[in-house]
Amino acid sequence: MAEMHSTDHNPDLAPHFETIDQQRQSSRLGMWLFLVAEILFFGGLFCVYVIYRVNQPEVFTFGHQFLDKNLGTLNTLVLICSSLTMAWAVRAAQLRQRMILTLMLVLSFLLAGTFLGVQYVEYSHQRQNALLVASQLAPDADIPAEVQPEEAISASVEGAPDEAPLEAPMVEAVDPGVSMIAPAAAGPAGLATAADRLAAQAERDLVNVDPAGAKTFFSIYFLMAGLHGFQVLLGMIAMLWLLKLTFQGAFDGGHSIKVGNTALYWHVAVVIWIYMFLLMYLID
Amino acid sequence: MAEGHSAVVTPMSEGASGDNYLTTGKGVLSWLFTLDHKRISVMYMVAILSSFLFGGMFALLVRTEMLTPGATIMTADTFNKMFTLHGVVMIFLFIIPGIPAALGNFVLPLMLGAKDVALPRLNLLGFWCWLTGATVCMVSIVVGAVDTGWTFYAPYSTTTGTAVVSMTLGALILGFSSILTGLNFIVTIHTMRPEGMTWFKMPLFVWSLYSTAIIQVLATPVLGITLLLLIAERTLGVGIFDPALGGDPVLYQHFFWFYSHPAVYIMILPAMGIISELVSVFSGKHIFGYKFIAWSSVAIAVFSFLGWGHHMFTSGQSPLVNVIFSALVFGVAIPSSLMVFNWLATMYKGAISLAAPMLYVLAFLFLFSIGGLTGLFLGALSTNIHLHDTYFAVAHFHYLMFGGTVIAFLGGIHYWWPKMFGRMYSEFWARISAALIFVGFNLTFFTLFVMGSHGMPRRYYNYLEVFKPYQQASTVGSYLLGLGFMIMAYYLAQSLLKGEKAPENPWGGASLEWETASPPISRNFEHEMIGLDPYDINALELSSDSGSYIRKDPSSILLTQAGGE
Amino acid sequence: MILTGLFDVMTRLIRVPEDGGATFWMPPQGSTIAGEVDWLFNFILGISVVFFVLIVAVMMVFVVKYRRREGRETASPSPSNNTLLEITWMAISIMLVVIIFFFGFKSYLNISTPPANAYEIQVAGQKWDWSFTYPNGYVDQDLHVPADRPVELVMTSVDVIHSFYVPAFRVKMDVVPGRFTKTWFEATMPGEYDIFCAEYCGTGHSDMSAMVIVHTSGEFGPWLEKASNFLLTMTPEEGGRKLYEIRGCQQCHSVDGGPRTGPTFFKMFGKEETLADGSIITVDEAYIRESVLEPNAKVVAGFEPVMPTYQGRLRDDEIAALTAYMRSLDGKMGEE
Repeated sequence: MAEMHSTDHNPDLAPHFETIDQQRQSSRLGMWLFLVAEILFFGGLFCVYVIYRVNQPEVFTFGHQFLDKNLGTLNTLVLICSSLTMAWAVRAAQLRQRMILTLMLVLSFLLAGTFLGVQYVEYSHQRQNALLVASQLAPDADIPAEVQPEEAISASVEGAPDEAPLEAPMVEAVDPGVSMIAPAAAGPAGLATAADRLAAQAERDLVNVDPAGAKTFFSIYFLMAGLHGFQVLLGMIAMLWLLKLTFQGAFDGGHSIKVGNTALYWHVAVVIWIYMFLLMYLID
Repeated sequence: MAEGHSAVVTPMSEGASGDNYLTTGKGVLSWLFTLDHKRISVMYMVAILSSFLFGGMFALLVRTEMLTPGATIMTADTFNKMFTLHGVVMIFLFIIPGIPAALGNFVLPLMLGAKDVALPRLNLLGFWCWLTGATVCMVSIVVGAVDTGWTFYAPYSTTTGTAVVSMTLGALILGFSSILTGLNFIVTIHTMRPEGMTWFKMPLFVWSLYSTAIIQVLATPVLGITLLLLIAERTLGVGIFDPALGGDPVLYQHFFWFYSHPAVYIMILPAMGIISELVSVFSGKHIFGYKFIAWSSVAIAVFSFLGWGHHMFTSGQSPLVNVIFSALVFGVAIPSSLMVFNWLATMYKGAISLAAPMLYVLAFLFLFSIGGLTGLFLGALSTNIHLHDTYFAVAHFHYLMFGGTVIAFLGGIHYWWPKMFGRMYSEFWARISAALIFVGFNLTFFTLFVMGSHGMPRRYYNYLEVFKPYQQASTVGSYLLGLGFMIMAYYLAQSLLKGEKAPENPWGGASLEWETASPPISRNFEHEMIGLDPYDINALELSSDSGSYIRKDPSSILLTQAGGE
Repeated sequence: MILTGLFDVMTRLIRVPEDGGATFWMPPQGSTIAGEVDWLFNFILGISVVFFVLIVAVMMVFVVKYRRREGRETASPSPSNNTLLEITWMAISIMLVVIIFFFGFKSYLNISTPPANAYEIQVAGQKWDWSFTYPNGYVDQDLHVPADRPVELVMTSVDVIHSFYVPAFRVKMDVVPGRFTKTWFEATMPGEYDIFCAEYCGTGHSDMSAMVIVHTSGEFGPWLEKASNFLLTMTPEEGGRKLYEIRGCQQCHSVDGGPRTGPTFFKMFGKEETLADGSIITVDEAYIRESVLEPNAKVVAGFEPVMPTYQGRLRDDEIAALTAYMRSLDGKMGEE
């Protein structure tokens, strides 16, 4: 290959590469580096978590009981399954099994959607919990816009619009349009019931928890869950894109690097969630 | 393979007469959506130099305000915005992307004999990120600007009434641009090297870009999350940094400097790489201590991650932590001093040409030495306590960033200009401008050392009467600097319009970028290259009729059965 | 020749006057640690100048001697690496750096460890002034200290980060909201020195200055005595106003009628107030006195019972002065 343009050109080979192997290596290394950067991005948040956990352990044991372990476990299982289906998708692409590839991508996409749906339910729980905690601990606390319901909904709803049935009854009782700024006692009836339950649950811990600290716990939780949700959303977009390519027959030649990279990205997203699950839900 | 090898003897001649990367496509869109690393690099160059112009204007306004204590031409609030904008624009828009994105993008694939970077789409995406980030920053300036200083320290930044959210969002997006550039370079260097170019046959500029890229990929995400947390704190009331919300402002500083300390090496490492190239070529001699320089750049990248706490000796962190960071931060002095030694040794017994790029090398050695040595004062604990947050630190920083990075950047621009645009510039005006910049720079910033060690704090609108002569000298110096740059803009513009046609290899560089036409053809090379020793200057000789350096054995560099061994 | 000339200039630049006065590089030495810091500064300066002169001189000699010119178009053959030289250079750098670190570390230990018998003063930074609280509760806008006695500052900020910096003492420490930071110094020479804020804090950053006034050790006690008893030298109204400013009243009570945590003092004296339990009282000397000593006994309706007691913290004459000040806020004197 002394000349820059060879005539027997592989359609999968971008013009600036010499061999398909070089192209595959580049693309794989690029993805790994991207993931390293991404892990460091989350690493910053985990760092914040560790620092506040060490400084205020009581806040975290107090805060984590407001998180729903069952939903968390369900979500972990859902993501692990999706990891499996993505791995299978890579295998299918390598073996040029178009049908299985399509099926696996669709399954992964649906599982990811389920995850976001469950997250949405969990998120709306926490929105109230954060609010209740704050209003109990500090009656005059200035509840920030983070508990405004609209934006949380719009953030997660587009990922999984069909997940409403999973909502817990308690959540349904709350009209998202109602202002959450008011103290619990002044809220609608459904909210007051929830307040009673949680107040009883939290009473024994209230004494030694600094309200600002409790707020910090939820701040970190919301940020982590939100960013991770965004990552999942990006993964779902990538899956759709792969599906489109599959229909176009792009993987019929066994050139599976794009599927492989998406799977890699997805596995990292799953691992990050598992860490979040361990650190936020299973504190004891 | 099919074509005959007879055309191979003068590989550059074909491109020079025909199409080149500048002329192959017409119209704005052919630029904005190009995947050609050379075009992206030119766009970066235009964008980055415009930012430099902006940042420089802010600097001149700041210096003008400093002519007298108290109000001279603006209010305190305007002044605070001016120095913040100077910092933000210069750091995030100009100097971090500067050498890697504008020069590295152009030269790196050429030095590797490659047709492009490994991931051209990401390269373009990086440029678009830069544009978006820059636009957001501009919007932020229009809607009221920021008055926090470029460091965005909490809780000032979380409580001030200025446009912090949009500005930090802009910086966040610019961070992605930086990550993409770094990622791309690492992949390119790993996978696109030509046959024969082992790691230790790479040009040192490539080594420096590699070290830089590692920092970009590993440190920038932390800046991203820091700025994101800051934005969340301002918009959602999340309490991470503001003590009023239960946060810790010192934590912000840790996060910020975890990125921004390595970031100063993102700024200086590529500059060191340029100097390594230039000093060898203009001394007409093989670089001295190649492996030591290569390892030094990697060592600097490693040390860069260990020094962040030295910005925080007075922050209230524990004295033990201070001691550890002081010990670690000195580590970076060793590889840096080693590089200076090797550059000097390269000049020994050379045939030193004093062309414009070499003048910048000499200026760099002078200024970088001052910048580096004054770092010792700031690394040592007890002197740091006195000098921290004073003009001394400002002067130290500018001696390294301006005297180091910008001067090397200018050297690099003058060195690769003929390759990039196929035109020569006026050597006479280049020398005048270099001299003005050198004198102006020292006048501007050396005075700051003296004021700083006397206790003049930085970011001061008002100051004691005793500092007035120094301040005024500094301002005069900054005007000289501005004049120097105006002259440069003039002769470079003239060069583009009616400069003499540049030969393929006007300086005698032995690395692969000189083996193609000036300006290069779109796919870079007519023929595949092999990697030889990039500092084997003696393999070239000046051809008297073309004014270009040519290889004594032109086929030795080609990957053919005959020349490729 | 050039080198000796430079050496001469250099020694002149790093000369330290015997009396601790200002040099080309450094402000006067006003504290016990200043000498140590300056010594290290000059030590590093010496090393730096030597290396800088060496680098630039070698560079200039090479440029002149090996310039590309007729008869010298190409470089003379010379080796392109020499591991021994590199290692030697590295060893020298490491040695120097270790020495510098060691001296920095040694003097830093002194800077960061306040002596046990230090005189403690509380410092509060806020946009854009300083306040210094003495052990007896007296607050001043400038920092008065005795000479030849270690003074420890315990500092915090009420808003953003500031930094307490006295160039003459070579002392600097950030003043951080939500934390207490400490620094100390021992002034050696009576006189006045500048205090700067070194951490950027907004509009008035460069005007956030104050003075350290160093008294001879015999004068400090009497000064504090006199300053603390400002009631003796001021009218009761003026004294009350100062107390209002320095003893924390103004955080919760306005004097212009504006709302704060507590009732405003404006036109309060003589007014009839409804209490939380519905009863009505007149604000007079007795009620003010009671509210200072037992603040939550009779709380005006609409306000929370949150005021801390001043029992034992304000003397009778001080309460009287405060009352006189409140009385003067009748809207007629145009004081606000």
